[in-house]
Amino acid sequence: MGGQTVSLVMAGSGGAGVVTAGSLLLEAAARAGWYAYMTRSSGPQIRGGEAAVMIRLGTEPIASHDDRFHLLVGVDWQNVGRFAAEIPLGPESLIIGDPGEGATPEVFTRSGAQQIALPMKALAKTVPDGRPNMVAFGAIAGMIGLGEDVVLGVLRDTLKRKGEEAIAASIAAFRAGVAAAKDFPAVPRLPAGTPATRERWSITGNEATGMGALRGGVRFVAAYPITPATEVLEWLAPALPKVGGVLVQAEDELASINQIIGGSYGGVPSLTATSGPGLALMTESLGLAVAAEVPIVVIDVMRVGPSTGIATKSEQADLNIAVYGLHGDAPHLVLAPTSVADCLFTTQWAVHLAESLQTAAIVLTDQAMGQARAVMPRSAAVSFIGQREKPAALAEGVQYKRYANTASGVSPMAIPGMAGYTYTADGLEHNETGTPSSQASDHQAQLDKRLRKLTGYHYGEHWADITGDQDADTAILTWGSSAGPAREALERLRAAGHAVKLIAVRLISPVQPEKFAQALQGVERVLVVEQSHSGQFHRYLRAQYDLPRQVKALHHPGPLAVRPGAIVEHITQWS
Amino acid sequence: MDACVQQRDYTAKNYKSDVKPIWCPGCGDYSVLAAITRALATLQLAPENVAVVSGIGCSSRIPAYTSVYGFHGVHGRALPVATGLKIARPDLTVLVTGGDGDGFSIGGNHFLHACRRNVDLTYIVMDNQVYGMTKGQASPTTDPDWEGSKLTPDGAGIESFHPLVVALAAGANFIARCSSSDPNNVADIITQAIRHPGFSMVQVLSPCVTFRPEQLEWKHMVRTAAVDVTDDAARAARRLMTDDGFNVGKVLYKGDRPAYQPEPKGAAAVADLEADFAL
Repeated sequence: MGGQTVSLVMAGSGGAGVVTAGSLLLEAAARAGWYAYMTRSSGPQIRGGEAAVMIRLGTEPIASHDDRFHLLVGVDWQNVGRFAAEIPLGPESLIIGDPGEGATPEVFTRSGAQQIALPMKALAKTVPDGRPNMVAFGAIAGMIGLGEDVVLGVLRDTLKRKGEEAIAASIAAFRAGVAAAKDFPAVPRLPAGTPATRERWSITGNEATGMGALRGGVRFVAAYPITPATEVLEWLAPALPKVGGVLVQAEDELASINQIIGGSYGGVPSLTATSGPGLALMTESLGLAVAAEVPIVVIDVMRVGPSTGIATKSEQADLNIAVYGLHGDAPHLVLAPTSVADCLFTTQWAVHLAESLQTAAIVLTDQAMGQARAVMPRSAAVSFIGQREKPAALAEGVQYKRYANTASGVSPMAIPGMAGYTYTADGLEHNETGTPSSQASDHQAQLDKRLRKLTGYHYGEHWADITGDQDADTAILTWGSSAGPAREALERLRAAGHAVKLIAVRLISPVQPEKFAQALQGVERVLVVEQSHSGQFHRYLRAQYDLPRQVKALHHPGPLAVRPGAIVEHITQWS
Repeated sequence: MDACVQQRDYTAKNYKSDVKPIWCPGCGDYSVLAAITRALATLQLAPENVAVVSGIGCSSRIPAYTSVYGFHGVHGRALPVATGLKIARPDLTVLVTGGDGDGFSIGGNHFLHACRRNVDLTYIVMDNQVYGMTKGQASPTTDPDWEGSKLTPDGAGIESFHPLVVALAAGANFIARCSSSDPNNVADIITQAIRHPGFSMVQVLSPCVTFRPEQLEWKHMVRTAAVDVTDDAARAARRLMTDDGFNVGKVLYKGDRPAYQPEPKGAAAVADLEADFAL
């Protein structure tokens, strides 16, 4: 990822305001010309639970968290120890705690990190209406070299509605933090940010997914709330009507997928968003969309499973259900973005593919990616817009064949309102006109064409992001949010003189054997990286592709993220 | 398409496809199919502007037997498909057809919320108090002591479900019951149901001659309900809760709730929404 970075965590109990302070820090860093990546971890409580914001700031766009954090600031320590495994520290790290809030939990101090006392609560009390989170913000800003002017601008803009007194209190508390941290040991200070040559966005993965849907032409969404997918819907709810679309909150996931099948049958590109439990409920109707050839897109923001699992945390373990969960032979599309920014592109591409191929597309993002906020270059508009092939004029007396057995497998699709083309869409096996049929020949012909339209399509270069050394004999194979740490590992390895290639697969299904073989040409050993207990991606690759003889798999379940250092270690200590 | 309506004078035949029904001889669903086509002819709706949506079951086969746009989906999910279609395409006339198992058992939750949501749909339930397609099991409207099923040889043992009381409680805007033995009346009721805005619930007693042959007697048991249409839900509730299920031929409740139809407000460009993210 290049450039310089600094990694820090702010943690505290609910109401301590660490998420607010983290968001302000992100905004200020963006205005200072830096790039940023922020994830959140929170307890299961609806309100008042412990929370932590993990932030990495840098002079170049950021793909992933670092191996360790330079700085942990605990506004208080209530239950924050639960997140210790997600907050790796080392002897070179600093822990700032409030002596009035008790001792730093042993799970943090055993890292050997240096501990520093900062009486945030007491300092906040010196200011009328001062809050400890603002003191923490000030200390961090001072330590990493974030200019006061930028921060004051952010505070004034953000707190405008709360009035002058609130702004003054925040500024005073912030300054108290800066002053108190003046002589603290050093953490990496970032150089002044470069003025943006391109427009920059501050966006979460879930918002990017929503934007990708709209850019792809989606104008009808039906969905049922579920963590961690709800923000996709909450962003779309006010956005859709502005562009002439509609969002409906359905009574359950069975209803949401069937509503979008209805909307799409009516000719309007349609989408729903859910997480693992919802996807499980939708699988029967995904098969209906495949059989009746109704284009739909289902976003699965994956969380820890099975069952309710850990609803607020990330895992890449829905690959199997997405690929294999449908009964019968039901070829469909499975795609996965490889970064926060890519949520936009991949969702847009999924809409385009679903519309073009008249089938169901599942897009697998995850909690880490969906709820991460990135400060990144504006995502340029691409030309993938949903395009459904409509039937040409019929000759006199010719019956329209909705499921015509065409060479490409794609049958031109009429929509209600078109006179002379009425047909019945059916989940029952049918013949070319759509009339139900239990004949072996019709079943064979329809299965063939539904597969052919997917396998014969030219997906182009977007099937995977391939970076690194073209002629490398070592490749990292990964997908989804594990691509972030893999990108960083690739840069570190190449900087250390290793020739390595990274293949982050975006089009999971249908498989692309020729392109895959070409990408692996000359590769003698492969490291497969993913966040699942059973190594679902590894097993999928094994089943579908020819891999070189030397294969290692780096996989573990969520919620712990794959760290770049672990990937580097696997490659450098291969034997 | 309006020009089309003026040019052609549609008859019931125009709404029939040439697909031969799989139903048993004497099945009540033939009459309902005929009644639907008559209602569409009465309303002179262009076939391309009508959609019939269904789930799974004998009566759910109806879409393929019509010449309008049809959607035959999975078991129990006809109402959500129709809801999505009507909200996305408010210009269409959308009918939903199905049976008591499809609508009140596997699709029960959607039934409640379709009544509540009040999208402008006409839901025609052919109630024969049995699962016919799977060869004779108890449905939610089957009497608890019916011992005709191998699956529940001692009877289902649980009270049957009153679809119209539930429909009223859940907010349906139009409630009627009729009998397949009087197809003209069924056609008239369906015509009124289509005309009435919001969610219209039409229960049609439609005998299963194969698994419930005793239902052939229904034609002698039904009577024209001696009631006037009411917009008073309390009155309708009393009416529905005290009847024996054989009062037919009338609209039992007609509400005045406006139909749910979200109206997209704007014609902004997607690029305008980038302001949400731009720094």
